[in-house]
Amino acid sequence: MSTVANTVGSERAARRRLRPVRAGHGFVAAYVVLLIAFGVVPTVYAIYFAFTNAGNTFSGLSNFTDAADDFRFLPAVEHVGLYLVFWLASLVVFVVGLALLLHRLAARGVSRALRFLYYVPGALAGAASVMVWLFMLDPTVSPVGFLLRALGFSTFNDVVAPGNLPVLFTLMAFWTGAGGWIVVMYGALNNIPTEVLEAARIDGANAWQTARRIQIPLLRKWIVYMVILAFAGGTQLFVEPQLLSQASVGVAGRDYSLNQLSYDFAFQTNNVNAAAAISVELLLVGLIVATVFVARSGFFDAD
Amino acid sequence: MRHTSRAAGANRAGLSRGRTRAGLAAAVATLTLGAVTACGGGTGTASGAHGSFSPVAQTGGALTVWVDSTRLAAAKLYQQENPQVKMNIVTYDGDANGSNYLQTKVSLFNRTGNGWPDVVFSSQNNETSWAVQDGFTAPLNKGLIPQSTLDQWATGANAPCTVDGTLYCLRNDLSQTVLWYNAPLMKQWGYQVPTTWEQYEALGKQVAAQHPGYLVGDAGDTFTPEVFMWAGKCGANQITGPKAVTVNTTSANCTRMASLLDTLIADKTVSTSSVFSADFDKNDASRILMLPGPSWYGGALFQGTFKTPAKTVAVAPMPQWSADSTPSVGNVGGGTWLLSAHSANLKAATAFLTWVTTADDYQGKLAPGYPAYAPAAKTWLAAQAGSGYYANDITTPLQNAAGQVWSGWGYGQFSQEAIWASTVTPGVTAGKTIVSLLPAWQTAIGNYARSDGYQVSQ
Repeated sequence: MSTVANTVGSERAARRRLRPVRAGHGFVAAYVVLLIAFGVVPTVYAIYFAFTNAGNTFSGLSNFTDAADDFRFLPAVEHVGLYLVFWLASLVVFVVGLALLLHRLAARGVSRALRFLYYVPGALAGAASVMVWLFMLDPTVSPVGFLLRALGFSTFNDVVAPGNLPVLFTLMAFWTGAGGWIVVMYGALNNIPTEVLEAARIDGANAWQTARRIQIPLLRKWIVYMVILAFAGGTQLFVEPQLLSQASVGVAGRDYSLNQLSYDFAFQTNNVNAAAAISVELLLVGLIVATVFVARSGFFDAD
Repeated sequence: MRHTSRAAGANRAGLSRGRTRAGLAAAVATLTLGAVTACGGGTGTASGAHGSFSPVAQTGGALTVWVDSTRLAAAKLYQQENPQVKMNIVTYDGDANGSNYLQTKVSLFNRTGNGWPDVVFSSQNNETSWAVQDGFTAPLNKGLIPQSTLDQWATGANAPCTVDGTLYCLRNDLSQTVLWYNAPLMKQWGYQVPTTWEQYEALGKQVAAQHPGYLVGDAGDTFTPEVFMWAGKCGANQITGPKAVTVNTTSANCTRMASLLDTLIADKTVSTSSVFSADFDKNDASRILMLPGPSWYGGALFQGTFKTPAKTVAVAPMPQWSADSTPSVGNVGGGTWLLSAHSANLKAATAFLTWVTTADDYQGKLAPGYPAYAPAAKTWLAAQAGSGYYANDITTPLQNAAGQVWSGWGYGQFSQEAIWASTVTPGVTAGKTIVSLLPAWQTAIGNYARSDGYQVSQ
């Protein structure tokens, strides 16, 4: 920056420096309003409910013990845990893999078409895309019915057997949710300077070595970010089992996840307080996992 | 060029790292805030409408009616006959299979203080178990509908609607079970219609040997326990008080019916697909020799869904155990109509409610199920007999069955259909026998009953 001695100049410079700051505040303000209305207020409300009873008096941890004592609680914890294992593993492996593939294809023009294809399922609203899967999974009407029959499933009830559910929910969630992440990862890969990749190529690194030693380490923060969000989203599993339970007329997916149990408490046994207790637990688990990942990965360290 | 800008960026980040870290930590915290479901509003206490009922200010306005797709015809016909009534007709799933949609919505409306429909149809008979407590239903026999009208419902038909002597809903149809069968086929193959379960089982085995692929029954629906276990006097659902239930699924009555089903499922003469599934429609619907099921199977299933040709389907009484001298049948739903206690349009709502449950135009001539209102049932039976669709006289077996529904099976808040579907059906699909699943069924009923606040005994 040139040295301007007179006061007018420095004032103008100061104002110029302020302008982007003000615009930034404007953007943040809009977000903060929404955050307070749909994030903070409901959270505080839920915490209030979780520690009070129907008569609005403080009730300690009784709502938490009520929820934990329910016969559906432990199975739901197991279900969600198992689902998270499948969901997070598939997300990390396939999203990173497909993004790397996309990036290699960048020069060949196919990349743009593929990026669009990956993103399309995510553009369907969540519930609508689950409905698509309900058709896919019924061997009688599915376009891939031959595949299901080849796997030994001849009826819808065979397909939705309890043991298959974590895989089915992972499939649905991956199909609807992974496309957006692939595009994000692709963007992150584009941020890696070409000089670095060129240098690697000159040194004789092949595609696998480049991915393993350069691209994935540089993607680490994005992967951590994805895992934090996917974990929070995964613990809230609801739409997939709920819709499946309706489609299978209650055979599969009823009382499967913690969020469904919370929903049952709120609307079927009229116990909003126990429902709130479960949601506060989910919030805590999400926060703890986010903190651990952020702390262990150096998420906020600058390059 | 790039190097300099990156360095500057790193420097800037370094200078304000402390602040950014705090800010971003807060942002990360909020990322997970979505975990909290926004279940808000009001307190959990709902004031019951016990005893006194004070209507809200009668401001009139459009009459909001919720019906399932089958009852849509009723609402439309009423609108057609009464064009001056402003109606807002909404279709929903009718709470089928214990979906609890109505309860969920009413619980939300109770929090927001508006939105209740004026009249609702539900395919479930147990709505009063929560709707009275939640103050949603208006008492009908305290001035809204004359007792002389109410007296004409079939005996016991409104039992699921009655709480402490007050009537909180009206039964739409009776769903007594009978034995549906393919009359020409039975004749062609020289089979006698079974009158006992022993004969039924023997015939099932015979069909398996002589005509594999044909069915004598179906056990793949959520209401399978209501067709077989209820008819067989299995005490899985003995509601003994407002919040008390006795559950015993391993008694002799339960196990002999379960083992009958197991034998025939193994023989593949009893299907484990739902009669409403695409799979059943495609593979099994044209191969039904016999099908024990509710009265509405005739219109809704054979005529409507399977498009079975006329003069094919006939009705016989439900088989009975030969050692049992008191005949008993089951019941599958039957549906109820509820009137909202919050209606600002009670007069119009009551007029519609009365019409839809009693009018010959609908219940007698159009309704798919056996009307619970006796005069309409007469018209209905005459119309069915006159339609020429059935291969025999269905009047006598249906009328007799209407009075034989076993009273030991009650109407609790928990859905027996949903419990059977999630406990027994997956096991049967996986190849387990129903007999082996009876203890698990018992545990599940007890668990769900207790979570709804019931005292459970054996």
